[in-house]
Amino acid sequence: MIPKERGDPQRPMNGIDSLTIEQVQAGLAARQFSARELVESALKFAQAENPKTNAYLHFCPERALAAAERVDRKLAAGENAGALAGVPLAVKDVIVTQGVRTTCGSRLLEHYIPPYDATAVARLEQAGAVLLGKTNCDEFAMGSSNENSAFGPVRNPVALDRVPGGSSGGSAAAVAQGTAVAAIGSDTGGSVRQPASFCGVVGVTPTYGRVSRYGLVAFASSLDHIGPFGRTVRDAALLLETMAGRDECDATSAFAPVPRYTAQLDGEVAGTRIGLPREYFEGLASESGDRIHQAIEMLKKLGCDVRYISLPATKYAVPCYYIIATAEASSNLARYDGVRYTTRANEGTLSGMYRATRGEGFGAECKRRIMLGTYVLSHGYYDAYYLKAQKVRALIAEDFRRAFSEVDAIVAPVSPSPAFKIGEKMDDPLEMYLSDIYTITGDLAGIPCMSVPCGKTSEGLPVGMQILTRHFDETGMFRLADAFEKAGGFTGSN
Amino acid sequence: MKITESEVRDVADLANLKLTDAEIARLQKDLDEILTHMDALNEMDTSTVEPMAQVLYQSEETATLRADEIIPPIGNAAALANAPLAGAGYYKVPKVIER
Repeated sequence: MIPKERGDPQRPMNGIDSLTIEQVQAGLAARQFSARELVESALKFAQAENPKTNAYLHFCPERALAAAERVDRKLAAGENAGALAGVPLAVKDVIVTQGVRTTCGSRLLEHYIPPYDATAVARLEQAGAVLLGKTNCDEFAMGSSNENSAFGPVRNPVALDRVPGGSSGGSAAAVAQGTAVAAIGSDTGGSVRQPASFCGVVGVTPTYGRVSRYGLVAFASSLDHIGPFGRTVRDAALLLETMAGRDECDATSAFAPVPRYTAQLDGEVAGTRIGLPREYFEGLASESGDRIHQAIEMLKKLGCDVRYISLPATKYAVPCYYIIATAEASSNLARYDGVRYTTRANEGTLSGMYRATRGEGFGAECKRRIMLGTYVLSHGYYDAYYLKAQKVRALIAEDFRRAFSEVDAIVAPVSPSPAFKIGEKMDDPLEMYLSDIYTITGDLAGIPCMSVPCGKTSEGLPVGMQILTRHFDETGMFRLADAFEKAGGFTGSN
Repeated sequence: MKITESEVRDVADLANLKLTDAEIARLQKDLDEILTHMDALNEMDTSTVEPMAQVLYQSEETATLRADEIIPPIGNAAALANAPLAGAGYYKVPKVIER
């Protein structure tokens, strides 16, 4: 990266749209720029570029500059400023930030200002990261295209007439567009990996419980995860090792010690046993399939032992997921009743106020999911739908357990097709749900999984390769992804 | 037909959602299609399977008890700051009990 002409805050630095965390650290250490110069430049660039994609919903320049100055003071005093010192960070707007508006992409929370920080955000900031702003998403993280935001869709920076994926579309788009160096999002059924694959960046869903959900606005609590986006595998791994680990504020966060993933990215993956689930390669749109098969050839060249495996319950994953996720969502979204969270419809009676607030406040997809979830939990249908889905979920998890007795990692596509056109699937909710087929299984089983770029279609649309490993084996996942990334040269958005 | 219009209205009632007639019609169509797709689950024999409510994983430590230390709460004013209507330290709602 070429340092900008010093002392001119009006001009963004050259190369600000392609910096990695490593480059930020090197630049700060060599005094090529101060954290304040970097952050001013990043904010200016992001604010100027944002109208193209609508990736950010709002910026928080005061908080960003204060954080940058803290980093500069530490550096000037010769103190350790943290592994993420000065790194411009974007946070999905379903993750709360004290004093910074958090809307969840919903009209209902348009004016909501949280009184506390999510643990993940607090830990990243403690390590020196600089929150630039909050990113657009599908309303309450419900969607696969980012078209369900009350504040307008996000456009894919790679092809502006296409969706960035969802629901963490804004976070993926910001990293791909270069308006953030890294970002975090949430994944319930693929909401980190699918947009990462559509935008050509790295996106990670860690093991269930790996990252505290304190401050993540709940969608489906048995499935929700916070996960990082980066331009490189190393950047994503660094973000994850910084925010992972037990948090007393989230009883579901895991006690398992967090390894230093970034210290183990040595490129040595020869002998790794990789399983290709047959069910994931049937009916795969041809060009995405071609890229994945090329990627698999590359893994073989790296010395991996690749074989086909079977995950027979895969075909039941979509109905299973959309029963469990909507049931949990219908309960979690009950709290938006007009009493506590900023928005209320004026009605004379309490129940009339509840109904009108929710009827006017929620968008179409949220209503659809609340209705579906309420239906599958209601008297007479509970056993046929919800209980049945919980049993099928056990079978899906068992498929993976069995597979991981034979292989160390599973490699699969992330999505059946690359980014689709804005509006293309909006009239067909079932078709939209079916596009989540390859990502929801990882969430149902609670295993770590990620998307790593593996090339582009002839139209220039990014394709992502998915890697899944055993519970808490993020290390193995990152090692494989990193070796693949170095061998393939697919890193970055350009 | 998996779900009738009157069932859609009943579910909306349970979910505390005020919906327009157009929304009811659209939801009936969407839910019908989605529920029909979900029937695929019945192909699977789950008679010997325990339902999975939570992701299970091997964890060394499961004790979730912590030391009983006093942590300052966020306080009444901060807690009520986002209320659409508050007064005297409480959330205010339309009158529930008639005098």
